[in-house]
Amino acid sequence: MPAMNMIQALNSALDVMLTKDPNVLTFGEDVGYFGGVFRVTDGLQKKHGLTRCFDTPIGEGGIVAAAIGMGAYGLRPVAEIQFADYIYPAYDQIVSEAARLRYRSAGDFTAPIVIRTPYGGGIFGGQTHSQSPEALFTHVAGLKTVIPSTPYDAKGLLIAAIEDDDPVIFLEPKRLYNGPFDGYPDRPVTTWAKLPAGEVPEGYYTVPLGKASVVREGGDVTILAYGTMLHVALASAADSGLDCEVIDLRTLVPLDIETIVNSVKKTGRCVIVHEATHTGGYGAELSALVQENCFHHLEAPVERVTGWDTPYPHAFEWQYFPGPARVIAALKRAMEA
Amino acid sequence: MKNRARLSLRVPTPPARPGDAPDFSSIKLEAAGEVRRPEIDARAHDVSDLAYALIRVLDDKGRAVGPWNPKLDAETLRRALRAMLLTRAYDDRMYRAQRQGKTSFYMKCTGEEAVAIAASFALERDDMCFPSYRQQGLLIARGYPLLEMMNQVYSNAHDPLKGRQLPIMYSSKAYGFFTISGNLGTQFPQAVGWAMASAYKGDDRIAASWIGDGTTAEGDFHHALNFASVYRAPVILNVVNNQWAISSFAGIAGGNESTFASRGIGYGLPALRVDGNDFLAVYAATAWAAERARSNLGATLIEHYTYRVEGHSTSDDPSRYRPIDEAKLWPLGDPVERLKDHLIALGEWSEDRQQEAHREAVEQVKAANKEAEAIGTLGHGELPSLKTMFEDVFKDMPEHLRRQRQQMGV
Ligand SMILES: Cc1ncc(C[n+]2csc(CCOP(=O)(O)OP(=O)(O)O)c2C)c(N)n1
Repeated sequence: MPAMNMIQALNSALDVMLTKDPNVLTFGEDVGYFGGVFRVTDGLQKKHGLTRCFDTPIGEGGIVAAAIGMGAYGLRPVAEIQFADYIYPAYDQIVSEAARLRYRSAGDFTAPIVIRTPYGGGIFGGQTHSQSPEALFTHVAGLKTVIPSTPYDAKGLLIAAIEDDDPVIFLEPKRLYNGPFDGYPDRPVTTWAKLPAGEVPEGYYTVPLGKASVVREGGDVTILAYGTMLHVALASAADSGLDCEVIDLRTLVPLDIETIVNSVKKTGRCVIVHEATHTGGYGAELSALVQENCFHHLEAPVERVTGWDTPYPHAFEWQYFPGPARVIAALKRAMEA
Repeated sequence: MKNRARLSLRVPTPPARPGDAPDFSSIKLEAAGEVRRPEIDARAHDVSDLAYALIRVLDDKGRAVGPWNPKLDAETLRRALRAMLLTRAYDDRMYRAQRQGKTSFYMKCTGEEAVAIAASFALERDDMCFPSYRQQGLLIARGYPLLEMMNQVYSNAHDPLKGRQLPIMYSSKAYGFFTISGNLGTQFPQAVGWAMASAYKGDDRIAASWIGDGTTAEGDFHHALNFASVYRAPVILNVVNNQWAISSFAGIAGGNESTFASRGIGYGLPALRVDGNDFLAVYAATAWAAERARSNLGATLIEHYTYRVEGHSTSDDPSRYRPIDEAKLWPLGDPVERLKDHLIALGEWSEDRQQEAHREAVEQVKAANKEAEAIGTLGHGELPSLKTMFEDVFKDMPEHLRRQRQQMGV
């Protein structure tokens, strides 16, 4: 099996689907000739033609609205928003339109669209290239929210998202595009090339939406994570000396509640890690869910390790980023309680 | 069977890509001095031809000709030329600093210096500018200290923005420079709001804002034009058409179908299209629009026709999407060279003095940079205090942020 980084895996997913289904097309700012600023659509215009993969005007609202119209016609558009930080001009179209099309038309019109966008910190992008807006989407009824953390999952989840009949927000952790990141900024950067998680089949396969993955089994404490934080969680688990169970959520909506509940019932402890700001973050949803379903099994309060409630500061990226030190401290607190 | 023809989807493409010969043959250039200059109280409807023409003052021989010649004195022209040289020297130094790993990111305005410098000469010092990231020339022309700009780029201990902003996203209320946002176009309707407030208060200050050709596709561009028109806001709305939005040519923003200036017509705004590499033309157009705004006649849309000579930013490699030599063949030349030639034609400058002025600019930048680097560069030397990370989220720090700051241990 070829080793691919996440960019190549996503490119491969789009290539497979453009080849398989003439109703699939992909577009966005700099997506066509140039292949996207992160190269995710590299070579696709050349291979599939100008009307299957193309550049759009810089108007995120227009991009998503056009995708909705195409979806209503019967196509399966995959729209790229260059950075998640720039999705807000499209927010009305996503939230008020795409998310409710099926409901308000009683199934007459649907928006089988995918909105892909790189998100998250760790690349010195400052406050306008680092945000994690997932909670803004998970709060909206009618949207699916997907966040891969390995190249294999990225490809399989993207194909599943394209084939899904509902609007999917597909958030790509850009810190993971070239390799996993354990949250230690001083350690050498690893690439996906030699890692098992970097092995990606060339052809078609899917990773189903709504299924979490138990990435590491353990009996002491459950860590819930997604995106870049999955790798931080794994590094923290290894360095904590504890027997941690690490779960990669992979899709936030729909959420694999069963896997989470089974794990927390087993370990009796739960630490949630995400990059987004603390207040009202997706961790709050997870924490409530664990409390509702596992109250009698909990040995300690649920811990949340998150970004701070400030915008993302350029100079203090590593102080903002929830790294292993903070995760390990939370694990210890959970064990001591 | 229906006897109707099949539809087909059109996706525009630029005249030349890497490997092709650059092709500017579709550009129609008016001769310098050719375009009329209407009175400032002209109605938008009556000057719509100016949205399609190209106002030019400097001819090929460096002479200033025609009704738009602002007839500036030689000393002003020399100051402007020095400001352009300084901007270019600053860009070169900071670009290198990024390449040396001293900061994360940088953006140059090479070839577009006249747009910002001429505007700051034509505006009053207390008018408020709402720039995009390519108008560093406004700060430089207004005499904002280079050292402060560098401290911002380096996110060091003396960064006036405390390490929060991406490099080049300056902010200075005292210098009439609204804080830059990374979110394209948001400043355009905000400038209109500032101008509406100035009118509401009976103030005499006006606002100006700048966006790129690509950004005209954002809804905010249209909100700005509509509000400016409805409330007759004293604002100058500038579109810097430098032909490229990262890898996308201006046609992707709709620039093949009509000029960007012509967008003003549908909103009832007078619109001018100027040679953006011609300092005098930019100055004259800005002065015309400013006078109009100050006379309570409302907003003007100006399209600056220019070319982005360098990459979009330090993250960009333009040779992947346009012919390598395209910049060299840009028919409107280089704004610095053209202003220099003009001063020489006037007998007020020489090649030697140009060399000397260039050296001075480089020295000035070098000296400031030495000072800035001594304070610190990104991640090295003195950093802003970590404590400040939690400040300015709100006016007074709420309890939850105080707790988070404690949790972080500062
Ligand atoms: C809302 C938003 N969408 C996308 C981006 C990413 N982006 C940054 S600059 C840029 C191109 C802008 O081109 P243009 O407006 O022509 O200005 P120029 O860079 O040429 O001066 C893009 C797409 C952004 N910063 N904000």
